[in-house]
Amino acid sequence: MSAFQQKQAVTQTPGGHVAPGGGLYARDRAWHPAALTPAYKTSVARSPSRAPISFPTTVSEETGPVFTRDLLGSLDADLIHNYAKSPEGAIGPRIVVQGRVLDEDGRGVPHSLVEVWQANAGGRYRHKKEGYLAPLDPDFGGCGRCITDEFGNYEFRTIQPGPYPWPNGPNDWRPAHIHFSVFGQSWGQRLITQMYFDGDPMIWHCPIVGTIPSREGIESLVARLDMAATIPMDARVYRFDIVLRGRRQTLFENRMEGL
Amino acid sequence: MQRIERLKESPSQTAGPYVHIGALPNFAGIEGVYAQDLGHRMILGDARGERITLRGTVYDGTGAALRDAMVEIWQADAAGKYAGQDGADPAFTGWGRQAGDMETGEFAFETLKPGPVPFRDGRLMAPHISVWIVARGINLGLQTRIYFADEQEANAADPILSRVEHRDRIGTLMAQPEGDGTYRFDIRLQGEDETIFFDI
Repeated sequence: MSAFQQKQAVTQTPGGHVAPGGGLYARDRAWHPAALTPAYKTSVARSPSRAPISFPTTVSEETGPVFTRDLLGSLDADLIHNYAKSPEGAIGPRIVVQGRVLDEDGRGVPHSLVEVWQANAGGRYRHKKEGYLAPLDPDFGGCGRCITDEFGNYEFRTIQPGPYPWPNGPNDWRPAHIHFSVFGQSWGQRLITQMYFDGDPMIWHCPIVGTIPSREGIESLVARLDMAATIPMDARVYRFDIVLRGRRQTLFENRMEGL
Repeated sequence: MQRIERLKESPSQTAGPYVHIGALPNFAGIEGVYAQDLGHRMILGDARGERITLRGTVYDGTGAALRDAMVEIWQADAAGKYAGQDGADPAFTGWGRQAGDMETGEFAFETLKPGPVPFRDGRLMAPHISVWIVARGINLGLQTRIYFADEQEANAADPILSRVEHRDRIGTLMAQPEGDGTYRFDIRLQGEDETIFFDI
């Protein structure tokens, strides 16, 4: 059966998360990149210059869309094969990326949609506007997705992406990376970030990585090679945990609903 | 003293220019992996309420339209219930995702006019749609809200809008009716008419 025939129609479940508890923990904005980071030039004209207005989270931020696993195709989490016409699949070092989606209290976040995208092993993206001279791999699309289990675990299989040059400074290169989009259980947890690879020297030369204010913050996005979990004669395993905002649990914060 | 062991949220990184590959692969020209792009349809059947079209463009500080942005929205149904809450309309997902057009930058959502939902203290918030904007050059996804210019009474009593000190900026949160159920909501990342963004 071809990859295409195995696909199921994908629509969003008409449902949402209504997690119990109080408001979300305030986001530590000093830990995240600032909006204006001139070394990453595109941020200069795209960064708000006025202060964002803060308010306590409401039902609008404490609910969010939910996606169920039965909506996924059988190869959605397998980037080696989900676009490939050849049975061997995409070219490149075979890896499994596995980890957990956690909240700030260390609890696994179940039933969270995780979407990933990446360049191929030569550092080339399959996109209409991409012009890097490295070749496309006819067997690699570059997108995948999965949904965390009841403990927050997720896993997908792919090839290790290559580094690539990009127009910013005269000679800027992105380290090898995988983009992650994570939903969590509420709108206020929505996050996009990037995963980097243990030992990649390019991490410390990258202006986009450098938007993160602290070395500790940067290292929290570096996946670790997990030799014990690595599958012999098949694929190395990289371990990457993602932390989303947590939520107050006190009983003294009952919201009056529907008054 | 005891220690509080809490983790730090993963730092955000820009969605980059190719967010469509992961989030809207069919739109990006990657066909056959997902049957359809998620978030394209918000109304699944006979949803209750007024159907509306939301149109807008994201502009940078020079006034140029972003042609690589992705916008997501989350909203209550016509009765003010979010998907997953008791009594929510099963024919409405509440969540939508669209890319700006690769030539013009304009995005459009086919959705419903939301009903009012309660603030933390039980007061009603005016009908609104939560908006999240990501793109190359945006380091942390931007949160804002769409309110409706034709809901003046509800807007005047809204507990979030009342927090805005600079009253002349409130117009940046107002979708303007253009007739035939269409509303326009342009987003300005920077400059004189910079949209109000929220830290939530």
